[in-house]
Amino acid sequence: MRWTRRLLRIALKGLLKNRMRSLLTTLGVIIGVASVIVMVGVGAGAQADVERQISSLGSNMILVFPGASRHGGASGGAGSFNRLTLDDAEAISEEAELISGVSATVRTGGQIVGGVGDWNTTVSGVSTEYLEIRAWGIESGEFFDERAVRSRAKVAVLGQTVVSELFPNESPVGQKIRINKTPFTVVGTLTKKGASSFGRDEDDTILVPVTTGLYRLSGGQYIHMMYMSARSLDESDAAIEEVTEILRREHGLNPGEDDDFRVRSQAEFIEMATATQEVMTLLLGAVAAVSLIVGGIGIMNIMLVSVTERTREIGIRLAVGARSRDVLVQFLTESVVLSLLGGGIGVTLAYVLAGVLNNVVGMTTIVNPGVVALAFGFAAAIGVFFGYYPARKAAMLNPIDALRYE
Amino acid sequence: MENSVQHVIETRRLIKNYEMGEFVVHALRGVDLTVDSGEFVAIMGASGSGKSTLLNVIGCLDEPTSGEYYIDNADASGLTRDEYARIRNERIGFVFQTFNLLPRTSALDNVELPLFYDHAGRVDDPRAAATEALERVGLAGRMHHDPSELSGGERQRVALARALVNRPAIILADEPTGNLDSRTSVDVMSVFQELNNQGITILLVTHEPDIAQYTKRVVMMRDGIIVNDRLVENRANAAADLAKMPAVDEVVTALRAEGE
Repeated sequence: MRWTRRLLRIALKGLLKNRMRSLLTTLGVIIGVASVIVMVGVGAGAQADVERQISSLGSNMILVFPGASRHGGASGGAGSFNRLTLDDAEAISEEAELISGVSATVRTGGQIVGGVGDWNTTVSGVSTEYLEIRAWGIESGEFFDERAVRSRAKVAVLGQTVVSELFPNESPVGQKIRINKTPFTVVGTLTKKGASSFGRDEDDTILVPVTTGLYRLSGGQYIHMMYMSARSLDESDAAIEEVTEILRREHGLNPGEDDDFRVRSQAEFIEMATATQEVMTLLLGAVAAVSLIVGGIGIMNIMLVSVTERTREIGIRLAVGARSRDVLVQFLTESVVLSLLGGGIGVTLAYVLAGVLNNVVGMTTIVNPGVVALAFGFAAAIGVFFGYYPARKAAMLNPIDALRYE
Repeated sequence: MENSVQHVIETRRLIKNYEMGEFVVHALRGVDLTVDSGEFVAIMGASGSGKSTLLNVIGCLDEPTSGEYYIDNADASGLTRDEYARIRNERIGFVFQTFNLLPRTSALDNVELPLFYDHAGRVDDPRAAATEALERVGLAGRMHHDPSELSGGERQRVALARALVNRPAIILADEPTGNLDSRTSVDVMSVFQELNNQGITILLVTHEPDIAQYTKRVVMMRDGIIVNDRLVENRANAAADLAKMPAVDEVVTALRAEGE
């Protein structure tokens, strides 16, 4: 105890003798530790933002895609065998108890003519429940109703991007447009949704009744996908099972046969996006860690200078009976104290920076205590690692040579 | 033990060669020296005679090329670094010409330094031991001063206290008065004499015959061997000599009077 206390006192004294130098040396570690914590914090913040964004796309959303065809075990790839129909959507809507809304969706590309010019965009045939499932709203006019769906009405609701492209100066509601030469009446516009988490412009779209899309635009028999809402997030897995069961029955699949469709939940998309963000976070952290190592090399440099400068002191200590180990521990203590000091200041700085980013810049930054502990521990390890060589150099000095050193 | 007498220091055919590039410097060419408990020995000789080398080897700061040596009756030939460190810590007190005190460190902390490395825990209260050692060399009032605030004589007294603090078998002093004026030299020698009177064995290196006159035995070296080993006759008393010398302020007063 007395030994440890004195050792720390000697180390602090040695460092305080060169205040400015000690501070500049720790600067590398300070910046390293602070940047690791803040970088990872910014990454985690971005991750949280994405999660929030995705769940805002529609809570508890479940998607059903067509599956892959299989001929003798060879997969034709996703969507190669499309068997989803409007009847499937109808069956789920009627039978599934854990599903609160279903929208069959037919997607076609389309050349739109109307207003001030023409525009190429996606046209989605959806059912009336679509907006609720996607947590989307109407900006002006109204959404089409059940009757429009039943009658395959030629009505369209425009996304904000389409509105600004075709009707920059006037309200599009009530205007006529042509989708692939078929005339439609604009009945409403959608609220602005922004870019999706995958970077697609969600507002660059036109919604029409699903029947209109299916029979008048794509002219097919199969729908492209289904959007639906689970009653709650907790029941999401059970809802997926229920939907799967209904679809297998509808498609007449025998037990043991593969599904010819795929059911995905919003949760899985969150996981996917999160995984991407995690890679980003890791990358940022790695770059910051490099700066921490550079800081460690700075410590090694100063410790080497210090050993040379204090050769005589080492000689005196050896002459009165210090063992190599004692000198080694002394210098190692100094470098560890130095790096811990840098680590401590770095952590403080990180919290200050995170506060500024959160409150002043408005960038979500989540400081993870685990990362703080890790960065701090890493700083200490750097003290030991980069302090060892100079300390060993000091410890191995010959007493008489050290005493004679000028 | 083959000798019936307890020797503090014993060397047999001690040889030390330094290789300086192509040349080999024969610093010690076979030194046989025995120092018994309670002795006060001066090693004299011109520079290059090997007297400092001998002291460094005996002090375990340097290793001989060949030969045997015993410190406090223990064989000290061919030990490990740590074993030499332990001998330096427990059995030897070293006093240097250039004091070799830690700068910006109080006298008390400097004296306590060897006890910091006393891993056997031979001293219960290092602070008390350091205080006592400083009192023994007459520096009780200046314990908390840094070396830079002390005079040359006071610094050498601190160094002496540091050499004493671990109760060594012998104190080795390498030209302890080499950096001091004559009055301070006599002053420091009076401390050495006082310590020797208390039973402490002292081996010092000097090239000043005046200083050697305060010891009990003079060993003359030349070209790495001992050429003369005699007891001191008409031994001088440093304390008495000091009393006869004018005090510093008296000298200053006299100089001022001369100037006026």
